[in-house]
Amino acid sequence: MLLARLTEANGAPGQEGEVRDLIRAEIEPHVHEIKTDALGNLIAIKNPDAQGPKVMLAAHMDEVALMIVGIEGNGFLKFRPIGGVDPRVLVAKSVLVGSKKIPGVIGSKPIHLQKPPERERAFTMQELLIDIGAKNKEEAERLVKLGECAYFTTKYEELGNSKVKAKALDDRVGCALAIRLLQEEVSFPLIVAFTVQEEVGLRGAGVATYQIRPDLALVLEGTTASDVPGTDEHKHATTVGEGPCITVIDRVSIPHPPLVQELFAVASEEGIKVQVRRNTAGGTDAGQIQLSEEGVKVATIAVPCRYIHSPVSVMSKNDYEGAYKLVKSYLKRLQEREASK
Amino acid sequence: MKTVIKQLTEAFGPSGYETEVTGLIKTMVEEYVDEIKTDVLGNLFAIKKGSQDGRTIMFAAHTDEIGIVVTHIDDKGFLRFGNVGGVGISTLVGNRVRFAGGAVGAIYQEKGSWKELTIDKLYIDIGAENKEEALQKVKLGEFGIFHREFEDLGDRLIAKSMDDRVGCAVLIDALKKIRNPKNTLYFVFTSQEEVGLRGARTAAYGLEPDLGIALDVTLTGDMPEARRMEVSLGKGAAIKVKDSSLITHPKVKDLLVNLAEENKIPYQMEVLEAGGTDAGAIHVTKAGVPSGAISIPTRYVHSPSEMVDIRDVKACVDLVVALANKDLTSI
Repeated sequence: MLLARLTEANGAPGQEGEVRDLIRAEIEPHVHEIKTDALGNLIAIKNPDAQGPKVMLAAHMDEVALMIVGIEGNGFLKFRPIGGVDPRVLVAKSVLVGSKKIPGVIGSKPIHLQKPPERERAFTMQELLIDIGAKNKEEAERLVKLGECAYFTTKYEELGNSKVKAKALDDRVGCALAIRLLQEEVSFPLIVAFTVQEEVGLRGAGVATYQIRPDLALVLEGTTASDVPGTDEHKHATTVGEGPCITVIDRVSIPHPPLVQELFAVASEEGIKVQVRRNTAGGTDAGQIQLSEEGVKVATIAVPCRYIHSPVSVMSKNDYEGAYKLVKSYLKRLQEREASK
Repeated sequence: MKTVIKQLTEAFGPSGYETEVTGLIKTMVEEYVDEIKTDVLGNLFAIKKGSQDGRTIMFAAHTDEIGIVVTHIDDKGFLRFGNVGGVGISTLVGNRVRFAGGAVGAIYQEKGSWKELTIDKLYIDIGAENKEEALQKVKLGEFGIFHREFEDLGDRLIAKSMDDRVGCAVLIDALKKIRNPKNTLYFVFTSQEEVGLRGARTAAYGLEPDLGIALDVTLTGDMPEARRMEVSLGKGAAIKVKDSSLITHPKVKDLLVNLAEENKIPYQMEVLEAGGTDAGAIHVTKAGVPSGAISIPTRYVHSPSEMVDIRDVKACVDLVVALANKDLTSI
């Protein structure tokens, strides 16, 4: 299953190779041109010479991860987050480290040895170490190199009737949508940028857009859902199961209002349940794409995911299918508009 | 000129939704320019062609204003909201909001301490008795602005969104006064400044000007117990030295000072410790653009009662007009 393969692959910012190879193999039969650029973006082009608007889809390949920054004398690994990771979610998690996928666990001082004040607070990143079972520094150095990253070992699984759990749904769910959409037949040039380094500052998207020079771009994302117990309803950014969400503003972009309106109109005509993203925080590749050269029309469509940036997130398959149907219907409408010109 | 400021400051234009303001400006300037156009991000370009030996100047004044966006509507018809741009929490309670569709509402707070006030403890009451009625007036995700009338106090004027409609008014008045300029002038009424200098960036990329000048408000330090700042209302156009987005190109700064001296235009030097303008985006475009800013001293910036002095506004107009004909070969 596509989403299982994508979420179980590992790709820290700047180290997206495994994810890129997987995506390349998936899409090669469906595109006319494919390339990897200097920053590592995978750019796939369908119908490069066709008439009509140049439409760009963007989804980022990278995920938040833990970079190994030191090896202690006793063989334990020190690490630091790459992208936003809450240190409170790390204790006692299983990980795989580096290109050799060395198994490890995130260890900490056991509770019976903690002093009372230590029990009152969460461990900081500095107090946690990864244990790969090495007996000393030399053995650890043979298995792991500094700068390699550790990843959570979460398996993709279905939860209940309609939900799934996996790591890295932010943004492998966007990658999965883009891969499926590349299999559609369209009459205009369709270019997908599978971008790098989104989690550390939207770095891949700008240079990808500069090469593509699109007429419009849709960013496909996994976004935060806060519909969990203990959160007031008016603080829910999105709700799992209520359909894909459309962004009207976030920290880095105000999506093109006419394009946003058209997406809502498409959803309404096609009977696709959608929701407004009800939070102004966060940012996506749209922030860089819209500012490329003389400006690009952008919109962001995201699948709500609970517990993002943690070892496991939860989303609804219905929202995922809704997002697919929404973009597909929009592309079809674009095609019909072009044909009637 | 006061009429133009009144019309502009009473118009609706939160970041990203500036079309009412750009539409208004277009009708005001159309007959005075050689070319007028808009772009993807919502910038309005009004272009006046210069002579063969002139250079190109981009003047930027932003059309957007800070505002709010509706994030939730509860069963009783109350709205929750997020900020659009740098909204000061202390200006909100009791303030009024207006939406594009015309709905107006009052902002108030949940019970609790002022010190712990955050935006998610505030709500907007649009007079709806339930969710259905509220939904007839506003939509989730709809943008609103702080609703306030323009007031003429003589030399001093109060309005919402002086930041930066007064900058737009300066450019409008200047371009009406300029006939056959030496330099080619791009008057750009930019979008999305308040959320990150976005319109100016894409506009400058396309124009590649020889010189970039932002017209925007700056803070003053002439109020009771004010934070120290050597800019006052009524002491003339403020020539920017630096802010957090830009260090004015030394040659540009000197050029503006010399122009003010030569033309006996009242001016003051401005060092703004926090805040930025479109010049911050313009000066790092492509291979770089020598840039600076002419600022309109303004009290109570980002509140619904921003105050300017019309004499300063006129001094800014005079400086723009003088620059239009200046020989820029030394830049």
